[in-house]
Amino acid sequence: MELDKKLNQPLAEYLKHLGDNTLILAQRLSEWCGHGPVLEEDLAITNVALDLIGQTRLWLGLAADIDDTGGDADSLAYQRDVLDFRNALLVELPNGDFATTAARQFLFDHWQLLALAELSRSSLQPLADIAAKSHKEVRYHTDRSDQWVRILGDGTPVSRERFETALNALWSYTGELFEVKQGDQALIDAGIITDMSLLHRQWRDDITSVLDQASLATPPDEYMQRGGRDGMHSEHLGYLLAEMQFLQRAYPGAEW
Amino acid sequence: MGSTISTEILWEWLESVPDPEIPVLSVVDLGIIRDVEIVDDDSNSHVVITVSPTYSGCPATEVIAGDITSELKRRDIDKVEIKTRIAPPWTTDWITEKGRDKLRRYGIAPPEHLSPGSTPDCPNCNSENTERLSQFGSTPCKALYRCRECLEPFDYFKCL
Repeated sequence: MELDKKLNQPLAEYLKHLGDNTLILAQRLSEWCGHGPVLEEDLAITNVALDLIGQTRLWLGLAADIDDTGGDADSLAYQRDVLDFRNALLVELPNGDFATTAARQFLFDHWQLLALAELSRSSLQPLADIAAKSHKEVRYHTDRSDQWVRILGDGTPVSRERFETALNALWSYTGELFEVKQGDQALIDAGIITDMSLLHRQWRDDITSVLDQASLATPPDEYMQRGGRDGMHSEHLGYLLAEMQFLQRAYPGAEW
Repeated sequence: MGSTISTEILWEWLESVPDPEIPVLSVVDLGIIRDVEIVDDDSNSHVVITVSPTYSGCPATEVIAGDITSELKRRDIDKVEIKTRIAPPWTTDWITEKGRDKLRRYGIAPPEHLSPGSTPDCPNCNSENTERLSQFGSTPCKALYRCRECLEPFDYFKCL
């Protein structure tokens, strides 16, 4: 498909949204490396992070191609400032306790699963291919997340209370995943991306059906945080980038 | 490049390139080699090998490209281009029958389309009485199981 030049800018922005979501969440998950509650979980969390980094390379690689400013996935990851990141606020939040990490992953996995299934039917073939490849990996992540909801929700009074607290605290960060920004409409009209707002109800149903299994209540949709896609981030992202980008900032172009 | 080189020979040579993480398997057994092509053009004859990555974040991907290039170089083929193809996405169904046997003999249960709740057979004693220890294992492509009969833990190649 020949891409209309007018779509380049909104498309690159959208691809950065997808790639930044996976990049920042992968960085957060990697913080668990060596700190997992048990060895098996340590492996699982870092393996999920690895899949997400792989997906990031594909998304940001395509974003750099479309941007056409001579950059690549690495320069987008390591040389952009905080205001240029397009990830949802949900993924940059600190890990908190294990229940918070598990709840965030559960909410994000189900969004990714729905979004990627839709995007794999994109009229833009390279985008559809990345979505299809990622979707296979995310199915496995979602199974694991659902399992943790059942284990923590049906576990001890402490695990249940911690999971409920985490779920309620994170809920106001979920609305942003279904926002349609001004630039998105032309991409939706061209069949390149999906209208994410149309997936919100399905996502809520999917989440509810898993929470039901552990007799947990789905939090009500009230005030929703937003701003990530406009570059208005929480204070946490700057600290995360300071660590993630340190080497390339201190030694630009370093390779080994 | 000599005119004696054929794609059949190239395929055969690739059989001696091991997967860096599961060296008992060759890259051909693993099903990641999607195409082998000889571009015969007077000024720029070269070989093009198309590879599909297993997991998108698999760190072995770059090592594999390097291993293929050096194996072919050893056979006096200097110009090798490695192409990456992500569509259709790699699936464990592409692991060859020979590859599945090699995995089993190596102590790794090969991927199965398991029905919910069922577990892979133990590659050591063939018992069906096994349990999952961890959904993820030592590499992105594996999960960890244990046999309840012979009590050996074993890796299971996840179905993707």
